[in-house]
Amino acid sequence: MAVATAGAAEQYNYDIVRKFTVMAVVWGVLGMLVGVYIASELAWPALNLDIPYITFGRLRPVHTTLVIFGFGGSALFATSYYVVQRTCQTRLYGDGLAEFTFWGWQIAIGAAAVSYMLGYTQAREYAEMVWPIDILIAVTWVIYFYIYVQTLRRRSQPHIYVANWFFIAFILATALLHIFNNMEVPVSLFSLKSYSLHAGVQDAMTQWWYGHNAVGFFLTAAFLGMMYYFVPKQAGRPVYSYRLSIIHFWALIFLYMWVGAHHLHWTALPDWTSTLAATFSILLLMPSWGGMINGIMTLSGAWDKLRTDPVIRFLIVALSFYGMSTFEGPLLSLKSVNALSHYTDWTVGHVHMGALGWVAMISFGSLYHLVPRLWNTTLYSLRLVYLHFWLATIGIVLYISAMWGAGIIQGLMLRAFDEYGNLAYTFIESVAFLHKPYVVRAAGGALFVTGIIVMAYNIFMTVRKARREEAELEARLAAKMARAAAS
Amino acid sequence: MKHEKIETNSGLLIVLTLIVISIGGLVEIVPLYLIDSTVETVKVEGKDTIRPYTPLELAGRDIYLREGCYTCHSQMIRPFRDEALRYGHYSLAAESQYDHPFQWGSKRTGPDLARVGGKYSNQWHVQHLIAPRSVVPESIMPNYPWLMDTLLRYKDMPARMRALKKVGVPYSETEEEYQANVERFGEEVAGWLDIRRAEQNLLKQAVAGNYDGDNSDVTEMDALVAYLQVLGTMVDFSKFDEGYFASFR
Repeated sequence: MAVATAGAAEQYNYDIVRKFTVMAVVWGVLGMLVGVYIASELAWPALNLDIPYITFGRLRPVHTTLVIFGFGGSALFATSYYVVQRTCQTRLYGDGLAEFTFWGWQIAIGAAAVSYMLGYTQAREYAEMVWPIDILIAVTWVIYFYIYVQTLRRRSQPHIYVANWFFIAFILATALLHIFNNMEVPVSLFSLKSYSLHAGVQDAMTQWWYGHNAVGFFLTAAFLGMMYYFVPKQAGRPVYSYRLSIIHFWALIFLYMWVGAHHLHWTALPDWTSTLAATFSILLLMPSWGGMINGIMTLSGAWDKLRTDPVIRFLIVALSFYGMSTFEGPLLSLKSVNALSHYTDWTVGHVHMGALGWVAMISFGSLYHLVPRLWNTTLYSLRLVYLHFWLATIGIVLYISAMWGAGIIQGLMLRAFDEYGNLAYTFIESVAFLHKPYVVRAAGGALFVTGIIVMAYNIFMTVRKARREEAELEARLAAKMARAAAS
Repeated sequence: MKHEKIETNSGLLIVLTLIVISIGGLVEIVPLYLIDSTVETVKVEGKDTIRPYTPLELAGRDIYLREGCYTCHSQMIRPFRDEALRYGHYSLAAESQYDHPFQWGSKRTGPDLARVGGKYSNQWHVQHLIAPRSVVPESIMPNYPWLMDTLLRYKDMPARMRALKKVGVPYSETEEEYQANVERFGEEVAGWLDIRRAEQNLLKQAVAGNYDGDNSDVTEMDALVAYLQVLGTMVDFSKFDEGYFASFR
């Protein structure tokens, strides 16, 4: 065993995977703390403290960027670099280039967060980064693609494993979206300010083509890649259906690109575009559930592990939330439902069902699988993994039920009329109603963030344990050598 | 073709993936540039009534972007009865045709602002931005007191307008472009859109409008209020037949 793992450490580039793993946890803790803070600002506006840098408007993109790109992105770099090496049974191409992607990505995330607080932003949701950061991301991403393809080409297996299809689609689509959505003209070479190439309706369409596929490829396809490796590995069972994985892969990546305009129902976007988007959104249910079924059914024959293995629990609950949010998504894309839900917290709840329930939970499960293997030890505490699981799960349930209540009731209040045909409520009356759901949401978020802090502690202790074990092993080896030399 | 062929050939996998993911965007985005009725024609007596922002309004808009107002306020009124009563006529695509970037928003933690222009006095806006709860007790908006104390930086207005000109906004920099704007928007508006007069125009509007109630200097408050006051005011719907805008939808 020891010999095999020592071989693995040399055969594979684990160093880069370790670095991204650590940063995923760091950005996760920071990004979610910011999330809880801005949620609290909505419940108690005095928390804005009259400080420009921490007002809701400036911190909100800090939260989304740190969580989506910092936490999610680093987790994806870590797992994709790990999975491509293990499934191709070859070392990652280009150690130096991989190092560049690490620093490029971390600097982009850090610079983005600081620049938003200082007021430098493109003011386009999820694409707020100013133009120099956009260029850094584009360069990093192209190198990421190059490393990935070169590693695939060195594979010692004829077949490219299904997880890698998803990672490849994610890398390609993200490049396409990032570049076309961030076409902008800087005010000058020495100004961080720029104006987007598109305006009005075309800008809106391009932005939500990007925005929804950040969800579709960054937060879904890529995490399905993660799922296709870590679920079968942790369950010790092969993927349920090979045929299903082929069908749902091609259907998913084709359909996703059509659905962005469902964020623009009833707006000044032409009807034909939003109708097309709604239609494809409903079709998308099928490949989404294809992936969920393929993941969950992989556990058939090993269901007992749900009772004994907390890591499996994370993975399976993640898939369940994936199933629920990809059911809710098509529902919200129906124009009649959207008329009520749009602009309300229902959307926020929906996003977090996907982001916390699916993306974060599948990442937690995968990282718990990964960490002991990367540092060649066992987890410091399984009890803490259980604790994390329950904190996270209860946190999500509080969060989304508060947002369902908030969104649906606010939507109903705003469209209510009295007996004379006047509006029954002013806008501010609906804001006053939202206070309680906002408190519950902040509490749910606080539980979730406590969970990831427990995880950070557990991983920290695991790494410390690994270092101690290594030192002991070396000491024993040295003693043995010394004895041998003496005799 | 057997799928085995694709999954044993990384080049083929990449090319096919690229084709499959390109189709949706091409079909939905490209026609928006090609179909003329996407953006409504809004002309009164042969002149465009929707115009690019004046330098002061543009400076205000840049503050709106900087503060992330779009994270809580939409600028897009939907064609529903409750929204018509609450906010006014539904938004036209033409009304954001010069908006780089668009600010339609996705969440209304606060009310829609697409037609907030002219609804409240300048004084109300100033008080509301400095301390929202002093005028709306249940409000959860942050206070923005620094807008009143921060002098507006406007030295780079010509550069900003030039950048916008590059992406298609009809600001003028030559006599020929100015004359084209006179033709299109009328003489008064054309004057505001001239990059050569940007600084002078900005100061002229700030003094004439006296948005923050203090004419001793030009603050960020002046600019932001000037922007808010122009939102949704460029189309006089009484000048158009009822079915006119619906014919574009």
